[in-house]
Amino acid sequence: MQRALLTGIVVAICCSIMGLFLVLKRYSLFGDALSHTAFGGIALGFFLNIYPIWTATVVCVATALGITKLRKSTKISGDAAIAVLFSAGLAMGVLLVSASHGFTIDLFSFLFGSILLTSMQDTLLILAISCGVIVILIAIRKPMIHFTFDEEQAKVHGIPIEKLNYLFVALAAVTVIATMRLVGILLISALIVLPNITSIMMGKGFKKTIMISISISGITTSYYFNLAPSGTIVMLMVAIFVGTLIAKHAGLFSTKTLTDENNLLTVH
Amino acid sequence: MPVNALDVENVSVNHNGVLAVNKISFSVQEGDLLGIVGPNGAGKTTLFRAILGLQSYQGRIKLFGYEGNQYTSLLSMIGYVPQKVNFEPNFPATVYDVVSMGTLSRKKLAKGSALIQSCGCCWNRIFQTSSKDSEKIEEALKIVGLESFKDRRISELSGGEQQRAFIAKALVKEPLLMILDEPVTGVDMDVQNKFYAVLRKINKENKITIVWSSHDLNAISDLATRIACMNRDLFFHGEKEEFFANKDLLKTYSESAMQLHMHKHDM
Repeated sequence: MQRALLTGIVVAICCSIMGLFLVLKRYSLFGDALSHTAFGGIALGFFLNIYPIWTATVVCVATALGITKLRKSTKISGDAAIAVLFSAGLAMGVLLVSASHGFTIDLFSFLFGSILLTSMQDTLLILAISCGVIVILIAIRKPMIHFTFDEEQAKVHGIPIEKLNYLFVALAAVTVIATMRLVGILLISALIVLPNITSIMMGKGFKKTIMISISISGITTSYYFNLAPSGTIVMLMVAIFVGTLIAKHAGLFSTKTLTDENNLLTVH
Repeated sequence: MPVNALDVENVSVNHNGVLAVNKISFSVQEGDLLGIVGPNGAGKTTLFRAILGLQSYQGRIKLFGYEGNQYTSLLSMIGYVPQKVNFEPNFPATVYDVVSMGTLSRKKLAKGSALIQSCGCCWNRIFQTSSKDSEKIEEALKIVGLESFKDRRISELSGGEQQRAFIAKALVKEPLLMILDEPVTGVDMDVQNKFYAVLRKINKENKITIVWSSHDLNAISDLATRIACMNRDLFFHGEKEEFFANKDLLKTYSESAMQLHMHKHDM
């Protein structure tokens, strides 16, 4: 129980930080696409009788890097690339599952997540992965923020944007693997996207936004995961998001400060 | 022996068979404020992108006398303000956050400085970067007059204010060269004048070499020390007085500038 709680919170924090960059880079569905590929990877693991998380990691990272390379060299648009990933990953999984011994309970636990049933081996691996991702993201936050804000300017500033991008998508793939156990393949993008679109509405600066995002996902996760975990976590986040949206439209709070005389210079 | 900040030698850029920049050569001395004029599609932005390593080209470009790999590492000494910075409209960054992005390349900058050891004047300036980043940021915000805006979200600012924030971001890098690509196009006169005052200040007081493209001949005659005219080819490069003494040039470029204000600007 405590083990599950700890894992849940660490994974949620990892997803929040990673997710903010994904959302701002307009890669919101990237996590979803990768998770479908991960499904293919897991099926491959069961098929070959290898520990499925390893195969999923390899498949996931390889696709993430591959698709980035493909986008760069062929100018296929981001959403099209994601659509290809989605279907290819799922198709591969289904094919392998039917080629082996049909759906098993194990596979279902990957699809919908079951943090309470996770083994010690899984828990340690997930913790190690998420902590690793969090540490790396914190270390590269400055170039990463700049890169996300404006790619060309970042390039002129001497940030190695190509390498950074590859590192980033690889980290995203690894994050997906870690998150998979918590909410399952089908709901990963919720954990990546929801806390962040909510926090973007609330926070003004980058630091605040990331803190709000972490709090939302952390608290939600820790509080409710002992009910039917994945669904509850996601529905609660949706509720927070909708609540924030309504509150914002009702003018309860605003990221805008009152106008001052300098605003008279406004030009459109 | 003074080193030129920028040497452009026979530079051509080919955009899928269309010659956007045709064999242009000029150099910029340290401390110069070079104004580049030319109509839309004259290749000004393309030329800048070539200088910034964002565009492949034929010919040679030297930065403080260096080429190749050394050139690439010196790029971080250029402060660049493009016509329009395209950022995600919801980006949760305050003005302060944005300006602080400029402090990032400092380490790289110090590394690059080893290359221009021979150039004593630059050497001194690079190593005066001991004080804290936050002070630098505050100072840059002050120069562009955005101190009171620092905790506002960048997307809430007007176009002119955003542009000033991006200038501050370029300034905190403590660049040796600033490249400004029509930085105030579409901004009202009042903000333009404030901006020009900033430009003059950083050129005179901070001794930053500036290359600046504009359609505003009045501002150019006011600020620039040297002028270049281009429309794919380079038609003129020299002292400001020479340019304004040349009636033909003046006529061509003021007319083209007049027309330009009516059209939306493109790349």
